[in-house]
Amino acid sequence: MATTADQFQAHADDAHHDHDHKPAFFARWFMSTNHKDIGTLYLIFAIFAGVIGGGISGIMRLELAHPGIQYLGTVASLLGEPNANFDSQLHLWNVLITAHGLIMVFFLVMPAIIGGFGNWFVPLMIGAPDMAFPRMNNISFWLTVAGFISLMLSAVVPGDATGNGAGIGWTAYAPLSTSGSKGPATDFAIFSLHLAGAASIMGAINFITTIFNMRAPGMTLHRMPLFVWSVLVTAFLLLLALPVLAAAITMLITDRNFGTTFYDAKGGGDPVLYQHLFWFFGHPEVYIMILPAFGIISQIVSTFSKKPVFGYLGMAYAMVAIGVVGFVVWAHHMYTTGMSVNTKLYFTLATMVIAVPTGIKIFSWIATMWGGSLEFRSPLVWALGFIFLFTVGGVTGVVLANGGIDDNLHDTYYVVAHFHYVLSLGAVTGLFAGFYYWFPKMSGRWHSEALSYLHFAVFFVGVNMIFFPQHFLGMQGMPRRYPDYAPAYEYWNTLSSWGYAVTLVSVGLFFLNIIYAFTMGKKAEGNYWGEGATTLEWTLSSPPPFHQFETLPVIDDKDHH
Amino acid sequence: MASLAALESGKRRTAFFASLGALAMLGLGFAAVPLYDLFCRVTGYGGTTQRASAAEAEAVAVGAARISVRFDANTDSSLPWKFEPAQVTQEMAIGSRKMAFYTAENLSDKPITGVASFNVSPDMAGLYFKKVHCFCFNQQTLKPGEKVEMPVQYYVDPAILKDPEASRIKQITLSYTFHPAADQSAAGKVAANGLDPVRATR
Repeated sequence: MATTADQFQAHADDAHHDHDHKPAFFARWFMSTNHKDIGTLYLIFAIFAGVIGGGISGIMRLELAHPGIQYLGTVASLLGEPNANFDSQLHLWNVLITAHGLIMVFFLVMPAIIGGFGNWFVPLMIGAPDMAFPRMNNISFWLTVAGFISLMLSAVVPGDATGNGAGIGWTAYAPLSTSGSKGPATDFAIFSLHLAGAASIMGAINFITTIFNMRAPGMTLHRMPLFVWSVLVTAFLLLLALPVLAAAITMLITDRNFGTTFYDAKGGGDPVLYQHLFWFFGHPEVYIMILPAFGIISQIVSTFSKKPVFGYLGMAYAMVAIGVVGFVVWAHHMYTTGMSVNTKLYFTLATMVIAVPTGIKIFSWIATMWGGSLEFRSPLVWALGFIFLFTVGGVTGVVLANGGIDDNLHDTYYVVAHFHYVLSLGAVTGLFAGFYYWFPKMSGRWHSEALSYLHFAVFFVGVNMIFFPQHFLGMQGMPRRYPDYAPAYEYWNTLSSWGYAVTLVSVGLFFLNIIYAFTMGKKAEGNYWGEGATTLEWTLSSPPPFHQFETLPVIDDKDHH
Repeated sequence: MASLAALESGKRRTAFFASLGALAMLGLGFAAVPLYDLFCRVTGYGGTTQRASAAEAEAVAVGAARISVRFDANTDSSLPWKFEPAQVTQEMAIGSRKMAFYTAENLSDKPITGVASFNVSPDMAGLYFKKVHCFCFNQQTLKPGEKVEMPVQYYVDPAILKDPEASRIKQITLSYTFHPAADQSAAGKVAANGLDPVRATR
């Protein structure tokens, strides 16, 4: 996006400019209305939640390294339940997988990719001074924190007769989440979803309003950077999907506490209705997590190929198509609920159709790099990792889309491998790519490129070691959601657990890199990636001034994206 | 460029329509409950059986093809009843009306009102399984120790033979589960007055 914005930002590199004053510490970070500060808060929060969610997966991989139950009793006693019996240990396992899923989805990926990078870079990229509703932005953030606290509280109150915590899975299917878990822990977990959901709906309204009304003069919708497009589509998905989840889980609450029978056959309800409502939200939700990563990858690939993205309009509308079709494929999560062949046929077909716009994106990234003047800086290396890992997850997704095959693979580790390839490896790799792309812009300090490469290499080996063998386990029939398994599954499980150890080292390298940047990192210039970085955030200093674009930039006609 | 006032009103308008969209989806989420119920009744989804009047049942042409029906009975663990089918299977020509019986016995020492939930398996048979009379259409109140026979009159619609999937079904399982009814006022009247339970439920 070629612009002439450098002239408008005359004060950009002027550190002691008099109207760039910041509020005092408490007012700045706790009552923040500045999109960059809120973005930073979201990123810090997401990293914190991610450490907890990732730590829980460590307990899970440790327990699954060998058959039998070795560690759950110890974990239970650490959590204040000494001498936990067998049933309590199994319940603890359910609590762990529930917390892992909810934390990673609602308190790591969504806050980081939408709240963090979205808040930071959507206003910068469209040339806006801030978000449309800065105070609502603040409420969104603190509601997310409140939701996280509610989820954490659920771990210390009774779940059911066998122990503390909500062991209902991230899907919270009735009747397990209604008559199956009578304790207050489940109410806390559901309330946590209400809070996080309300936060995201407000965030979505904020992004839509910002993008529709506050673009700089000359920036038409068809000239917006693809990251902004990705957040716009994501915001629409949030806006339309999350209220359905809110309705579904509100009915869970009333079934649990107020004697209604929405999901109980005894009063004429149907537990399968919950699954329909949940997945009507849940399927768009997976695109909510991955679409902004698509946007980040588009920016990075274009920057380091030093040319505009191949097929810009196709890329933008591919995301719109993914978003629209994403709303009519939900029942592919429910193939085993007794559907007719024709229903399965429709959902199989509709699901496979999504591979078309997704393929457009993959091939357009490759076409962008083709003939480009490639510079393998760390963000591009991470982006290449993303494209590879996401494609692997996409291919297994097409396999699982088949109703007939899914009858066999449903609820096995094949599914676990599939969705971790697209989310844990896909979305999280996209997050790291975006992090190394924008970290010097956000902090004004350089990370170590060498450490970033090393981080990538170790991470890539580690996550593939964790999740690739899980395809084999799934095809051999190992069911998900159990802490124990037949000894025949031991070999690949042990390898998978070693993969976790490798990944843990890579996370250590990540934190080392942040420490390096803040202690020894060189100061970053405004446009440190050079000629390929053409979007508006590169016309500002690093970090950008507290208030930017007091004079709006004007977008040139001749040349864009 | 647009004035500040125009920007503010533009922001308000977008936010208004966006909020409206979110509220509409929230409403649709709750509206899914009656809509799903209607959808199941119309399409037989999830093995939801259909109702037919005696006149409709008369008008059905009985063919040569035969089908078998298996009977299944379950009791909610909180209902102290013994509930069983009187026969394991029945075989009949498709389209012909048949009567089957279930027996229910109240094992407790107080009157209880129960209500049955029901469906058929395989699910796609639901659209073709027509009930003319069924104890499951009403709540049932049993006095302490009372044992009753409960009839269900049904037929399998010959249209099943034209369904590419359901035409292959050789046996349909009809399943009932008795639950304690939320409204125990009929049982209360029986307890108070010793009324005939059938009259008490009316």
